[in-house]
Amino acid sequence: MSSTLSPVVSLSNVHKSFGALKVLDGVSFDVGVGEVAAIIGQSGSGKSTALRCINALETIQQGTIHVCGHAIHDPALDRRTLRRDVGIVFQSYNLFPHLTVEQNIMLAPTCVKALSKAEARDLAREVLSHVGLEAKADQYPEQLSGGQQQRVAIARSLAMRPKLMLFDEVTSALDPQLTGEVLKVMETLAREGMTMILVTHEMAFARKVASKVVYMHQGRVWETGTGAMLDDPQTPELRAFIGNGL
Amino acid sequence: MQSFGLIHVEFLAWAALWTVGLSLIAFVGGGLLGFVVALARVSGSLAVRAAAIVYIQVVQGTPLLILLFLIYFGVAVAGFSGVPAILAAGAGLTVYSSGFLAEIWRGCIQSVPKTQWEAAECLALTRWQRMTRVILPQALRMATAPTVGFLVQIVKNTSLASVVGFVELSQAGKLINNSIFEPFTIFVTVALFYFALCFPLSTWSRSLERKLNVSRR
Repeated sequence: MSSTLSPVVSLSNVHKSFGALKVLDGVSFDVGVGEVAAIIGQSGSGKSTALRCINALETIQQGTIHVCGHAIHDPALDRRTLRRDVGIVFQSYNLFPHLTVEQNIMLAPTCVKALSKAEARDLAREVLSHVGLEAKADQYPEQLSGGQQQRVAIARSLAMRPKLMLFDEVTSALDPQLTGEVLKVMETLAREGMTMILVTHEMAFARKVASKVVYMHQGRVWETGTGAMLDDPQTPELRAFIGNGL
Repeated sequence: MQSFGLIHVEFLAWAALWTVGLSLIAFVGGGLLGFVVALARVSGSLAVRAAAIVYIQVVQGTPLLILLFLIYFGVAVAGFSGVPAILAAGAGLTVYSSGFLAEIWRGCIQSVPKTQWEAAECLALTRWQRMTRVILPQALRMATAPTVGFLVQIVKNTSLASVVGFVELSQAGKLINNSIFEPFTIFVTVALFYFALCFPLSTWSRSLERKLNVSRR
């Protein structure tokens, strides 16, 4: 029956422009339950925009996007119910600087899911231990390293028990060592069966962890395949991109 | 004729209390009203935003003196004669402060990075929760120093309340001058009183600015 299982995310012929600038030019791809999809490509290829469209942070001009049963292209979309199902982690962490690590994580569960303080605190401890940062619960974001902040951001998303996690170049602001600790957390999530879409420049990580790789070029999906596709690129563009990237 | 003495200084000190009282009314009233206008100014609704912009422009574009006249005589025209001077002055200064505080606070709210809004939005918080739990606490930190700084403006501008017959520091100075006619001595003393009220405020504002800028952002 797995072939009839509808995908968690499905983009079909998505077009998006910022003014005269065409960013997405007919993008289509699917991501199934438990899949880890890596979107790769040069800066300006539209990969981050595609990710933001999936979470309705950008509106599209044409095409359809379905995410966890929500029709993103529908103007009547209820964004808040969508965001209960979809977590997103940003390149710049975007932790709330006036709250401690624990309060950052407790905020949404108490506000949105009406958890009690005690329940939310337990939840915070649980997701923090998941990213290996229980000891930092009472610190403020500025007291943490970039890698730690990013792991807190992941924990904050996990606390909402999302069905899908989006990662927007989450290691681009980190040095190699800190990148490693964040990628390890993401790899654990992938192994546990979380459906994930990540925009990344980490080719080695994409090759190792992604079940699907989407190469975008000039606002189009240029090539898709498994991680192995990176060892055997079919288009000169991907070949050139990997050549430059490694 | 009596010359300037302790009794006059006492009278000025008493009037200075009214200046402080009027300043507090203006600050609290203007703060409450200004907060509502600031929220309206960043509202999601275009109509609400436009209304807030018009309010701020009208208030900022009207001299406080005219504002006080309008309220004092406007209320009388509306059929309520004999409005106590403190009410008219308090209302005028409240409107005046609200127009400026709203704009100061609007700036602080909007200087919280857009990514903070986005992060809160992506955690499924409602617009109100985003505002009260994420944006306002950060804006407050930025707003403190300029708000205290604006208090200095309020204190000095209470002097205009004398035009509606309110006896505060400046009006008291005028009254004394009418009886003993020593304008220089009297108004230097009045100025010293204002300075004594304003100097601590501006010092406080500057130290807040240093403290809040250096620490957590």
